[in-house]
Amino acid sequence: MTCSKFDISMIADDSSRLQSKGDRAIVTVLGIDQIGIVAKVASVLADCGVNILDISQTLFDEFFAMNMLVSLSKCKVEVSLLKSKLDEVAEEMGLRILLQREDVFRFMHRV
Amino acid sequence: MDISSREVLETIRMVETENLDIRTITLGISLRECAGPSLEQTCTRIYDKITRAACRLIEVADSIERDYGIPIINKRISVTPISLVAEPSEARDLTPLAQVMDRAAEAVGVNFIGGFSAMVQKGFTPADRALINSIPDALASTERVCSSVNVATTREGINMDAVRLMGVIIKKTAEATAAQNAIGCAKLVVFANIPEDNPFMAGALHGIGQGDLTVNVGVSGPGVVLRAISGLGNAGFAEMIEAIKRTAFKITRVGELVARAAAERLGADMGIVDLSLAPTPAVGDSVADIIEAMGVDRCGAPGTTAALAILNDAVKKGGCMATTYVGGLSGAFIPVSEDAGMVEAVESGALTIEKLEAMTSVCSVGIDMVAVPGDTPETTIAGIIADEIAIGVVNNKTTAVRLIPVPGKSAGDLVEFGGLLGGAPIMPVSAFGCSRFVTRVGRIPAPLQGVRN
Repeated sequence: MTCSKFDISMIADDSSRLQSKGDRAIVTVLGIDQIGIVAKVASVLADCGVNILDISQTLFDEFFAMNMLVSLSKCKVEVSLLKSKLDEVAEEMGLRILLQREDVFRFMHRV
Repeated sequence: MDISSREVLETIRMVETENLDIRTITLGISLRECAGPSLEQTCTRIYDKITRAACRLIEVADSIERDYGIPIINKRISVTPISLVAEPSEARDLTPLAQVMDRAAEAVGVNFIGGFSAMVQKGFTPADRALINSIPDALASTERVCSSVNVATTREGINMDAVRLMGVIIKKTAEATAAQNAIGCAKLVVFANIPEDNPFMAGALHGIGQGDLTVNVGVSGPGVVLRAISGLGNAGFAEMIEAIKRTAFKITRVGELVARAAAERLGADMGIVDLSLAPTPAVGDSVADIIEAMGVDRCGAPGTTAALAILNDAVKKGGCMATTYVGGLSGAFIPVSEDAGMVEAVESGALTIEKLEAMTSVCSVGIDMVAVPGDTPETTIAGIIADEIAIGVVNNKTTAVRLIPVPGKSAGDLVEFGGLLGGAPIMPVSAFGCSRFVTRVGRIPAPLQGVRN
C-alpha cells in the first residue's frame, strides 16, 4: 500500500473552518495535581463513548490545568448527563471540570 | 490542538472572575398582524403571537448556555411599538395592551418585554396620545413591561410638545408607583434617534422595518475591559487602546456566536449584536471603574469625558471586526444606579447630572437611571429631556433620558430598585427652572446636520 501524498491544503482547510460541526468540545480540568486525574476523566469519557482527539496539560506549581479536545459524535448519553458524570469526578477529587463546545474558543481567539 | 491551553483558560477566567456574560438575548417579534378592530381582539392576537413565537426562548437560551459555558443573564422580548398595533381599535386607554404583554411575558418566562412605545418625533396620532397617556397606569399595573417614546430624530427635529408631555408623564408614573420608589420610571425611556433593533431594556422595541422574528444580542464585559487596562500600569494611549480593542473583539465574538446559535435554534433571523459595554451593580463590572483605571481619580472629575470617548471608540473599533451586523445602541452605558462605581462617584460628589450630560455626548445612551428629588417640577424634567435630546439630534446619535423623580425623597437620600436596576443616591437638580422655554408649543426643526441629501 502506498501512502497518499501529504496535502498541506487539508490542514489549511481545517484550521480555517471557524465553526465546527458542533460535535467537538473542550474539557477543561482545573485543580491541585494528584495521581489519577487523567485516568478518571478519561474513563468517564470512554464510558460515555466520547473520543479524545488531543490532550494538553500544564502544571503551575501544584496547580493542574488540562484541556482535552473531544469528539461527541459517538457520545451515547445526553450532554447534560455527561456533564453530571464529570461533576461527580470533580467533586470526588476536588477539581473543577468544564465541558464547552469548541467553537466558543475558536470564535473568541481566531479571526 | 489549535486552541492553546492559555486561550482556553483566558476564556474561562473572563467568565468566572471578570463577569463576562451575554447580557441579553432579545427576541424581536412583529405584532403588526395583531392590530384588530377592538381592543379585546387585539389583546387576544398579541397574547397568541407572543406565546407562540417565544415559547422556546428560555429553553433555547438555556441550551446555548449549557453548550458554550457562557452565562446568558436575560432573555427578553421586544415588540412592534404598541401605538401602531392599537391604532385601529380607537381605544383611549391602552393599559389592557400592556397587561396582555405582561401576561404573555410571564407565560414564556421572560423578565422584561419592551415595546409599549410610540414614535412621535414629528407629531401624534390619536393612538400615540392614547399610548403616552396610558403609560403611568400601564407601568403601575404590570411588572415586566417597558415603555419608550421617541420624541426626536436628526432628520425630523424635536417634537417639543412630546418633550413637555413626557415631563408630565414621568411625574405621573413616579406617583403611580410611589410605593416602590417610583420603579415605573426605571422602565420608561425618552429617546432621540431610537434604534429599532436595540436588545437592551428599557428601550427595546421591534421597529417597523424589521422582519417577523429577529434575534438581537447584547454583550457585556466591563469587568474584562477593566482587567485588561489595569494590567497595563502607565502604558501610553496606543497600548491602552489596543488592549481595549482586543478585549472588545473577544467579548463581541462570543455575542456573535450566541446570536447565530440562538437565531438558528429559534428559527428566527439573526438581527444584530449590540456592542454596548453594559455594567451591572456587581463589584468590578463597572464602566466608572474603567475610567478610573485609565487614571481619572473619580468618575466625573476632569478627564472623564475624554476617557469615556476613548473607551467608547475603542470598543466599537474592536467590536466591529467581530460581528458582521452591528446594531442597537452599541456604545458604553453610563446608568448610575446600575453601576457601583457611578454610585460611589455620585456619593463622593465627583459626578453631577451636568457632567453626566456632557459624558453622553461621547457614548450611549444618556441620563440613565438617575434618581432625582420627588418635587422636581415637570417642566424641569422636560428641560433635562430637551437638553439631552438636543445633544442626540445635533450629533446624529441616540440619546435618552431615564429619570426617576422619587416621591418624598430629596437630594442625598438613597433609593433601592433591586436586581440589575441597583440602587442610587438622589442627585440634586438645578434650582433654576425653564418653564417659559419648555411651555412654548410646537417643534424644533431638524438641524442642518439632518439635511444630508
